[in-house]
Amino acid sequence: MISVKDVRKKFGDNQVLNGLDLEIPRGETLIIMGRSGCGKSVLLKVIAGLIEVDTGEVWIDGTEITTLKKKPLNQIRRKIGMLFQSAALFDSMSVAENIAFMLDQHTDLSEQDMRKIVDEKLKLVDLDGVQDLRPAHLSGGMKKRVGLARALAFNPEIILYDEPTTGLDPVTCTEINELIRDLNQQLQVTSIVVTHDMHSAFSVGTLMVMLHEGKQIAYGTPEEIINEDHPILQQFILFGAPDQILNINNPTLKEFTGRSTNGA
Amino acid sequence: MSNPPTENASSGENTNILKIRLHYMLSEIGEAVSLLAETIYQIFKRPLQLDLLLKQLLLIGFNSLSVVLVSGFFTGMVLGVQGYVQLKPYAVEGSVAQFVSVSVVKELGPMITAFVLSGRIGASITAELSTMKVTEQIDALKVMGTNPVKYLVVPRFLACSIMLPTLTIFSTFAGIFGGFVAVVSLFGFNGYFYVLEVQKHLFIGSVLISLIKATSFGMAIAAVGCYKGFSISTAGGAEGVGTATTGSAVISLITILVLDFILNHILFNILGLI
Repeated sequence: MISVKDVRKKFGDNQVLNGLDLEIPRGETLIIMGRSGCGKSVLLKVIAGLIEVDTGEVWIDGTEITTLKKKPLNQIRRKIGMLFQSAALFDSMSVAENIAFMLDQHTDLSEQDMRKIVDEKLKLVDLDGVQDLRPAHLSGGMKKRVGLARALAFNPEIILYDEPTTGLDPVTCTEINELIRDLNQQLQVTSIVVTHDMHSAFSVGTLMVMLHEGKQIAYGTPEEIINEDHPILQQFILFGAPDQILNINNPTLKEFTGRSTNGA
Repeated sequence: MSNPPTENASSGENTNILKIRLHYMLSEIGEAVSLLAETIYQIFKRPLQLDLLLKQLLLIGFNSLSVVLVSGFFTGMVLGVQGYVQLKPYAVEGSVAQFVSVSVVKELGPMITAFVLSGRIGASITAELSTMKVTEQIDALKVMGTNPVKYLVVPRFLACSIMLPTLTIFSTFAGIFGGFVAVVSLFGFNGYFYVLEVQKHLFIGSVLISLIKATSFGMAIAAVGCYKGFSISTAGGAEGVGTATTGSAVISLITILVLDFILNHILFNILGLI
C-alpha cells in the first residue's frame, strides 16, 4: 500500500506538486495521467525517494519514507523496481550485467545463480540471446524490455514505470503494454505507470488518476474515469483515448465533440 | 541545483546580481565540499569494491602512461636546451643537469602530469558522470539501493590519488632523460657528468615534495571532475554535458595552479623543506 499525503514540491517558482493526496492499494496498477509538466514524473520520483518533497508524507507499506536516512531508504528501495523513460541502462555493462547489477550489489549469489536469474527475467520480458550485447546495440523496444527485466531482477513488490511507451512505434507500444499487463497479473505486484498515452493507460490500468497543476482532479477505475464529468479530463481523454472506449453519452465529452465538429 | 543568474539586468540591480552570484558561488563550493566529505567518508566504508578501483587504476594509469612519458620527455628537452643556452654566457652550463632535475622533480614533473591528466581524465570523468546523470543512470543506481558516491566517485578519487604520483615518477624520469638527450646530443655535454650531477642533487625530500604535490593534484582533479559531473541537472542534455566538461577542465587547471602555489608556500616557506 502506498499513500501520498499533502505532498508539495517546488522547483524555483514552479509549484509542481501542490498538496497532492493519493492512495494506491496493494496489487493495483495505477495510471498517472496529465499534461506535460503537471508533475507526473516528479511524483514517481518522489515515491522512489529520488526527489525530496518540500512538505508532505509518502508512506510505503507503513513506513514514512520522506524522513528516512539513506540506509533505511535503500532497504525500502529494494522493494521497488523502476523502468525509466530512457530505460537508463548502464552503457558500460552488458545486458546480463545490467540485469544482475542489484543481485551483484546486494547478495552473495554465485555467477551461475545470477546468470540463471538473468535468463529467467529475460524470458519474462520475451527476450533471449541478448545477454552479452551492450545497450548501444539494442533497439528502443529492446532497451525498455531489458530495463524492465532489470527492474524485476530483485523480485520487487512495487514497479514504477516512467512513460514506458514513449518514443516507440505503435506495434512495440502494444507489445510493451501487453507485457506490463501480463507481468502485473502474473507477479501480483503494485504498479504505478506514468503516461500520457491513453491507449497504454486504458490497456494496463486498474486505477487511474488525473493530475492538473500539481493536484489530483480525478481518481477511479477506468470506467469511473470515462464517466467522470471533469472538462480537463474529458478533453484529455477525447484527444488521446481510443474511440471504442469513449463514453459518447458523457455530457462534457458531448460538449467538446460538438465544439470540435463546429470548429471544423 | 540552482542556475547562475543571467546578466540581463539594469545597472541599479548590479548589487543584487553580485549578491546572487556570490550566493551561487558559495553554494557551489558548499556542495563540492559536501561531496568531497562524503567521498572521504565512503572510502572507509565497506565493501571496498577493489574491482572497481582496479578498473579505474588501469583506465587512468595505463592509458595515460604514453602521453605522460612523451610530455615529460619533451618538457625535459626544452628545459635542457633553455638551461644550457641561458647558463652558458655565465660559464655555468655545467649546472644544467641540476637545473633540469630540480625543476622537473620539484615542479614540472607533478605539474605537467597533473595538466595532462586534468585534460584527459578529469574531463572524461565529468563527461561520463554527467552523461549518466542526464540519461537517468545515476537515478537508476539510487533506485537499486546503490550509493552513487561510493560506486562512482570513490574508485575514481582513489585511482587519481594513486595514479597521479605514480605517473609523476615516470614523467620525472622521462623529463630528466629528455634533458640528458637534449644537452648530450645538441651541445655535446658529457653524459656521465650529467648523470653524476642529477644523482648529487636528487634528494629524498625533493621526491617526497613531488609526490605530496602529485597526490594533492590527483585528488583535486578527481574531486572537480566528479563534482562537475554530478552537478548537472537531468534536464541539462547534451549541451549541459559539454558545458560541464569544459568547465571541469578549466576549473581543474586553475585549482592545480592555486594548489601548487599553496603547497609551495607551505612546503618551502613554512615548513622550510628544500
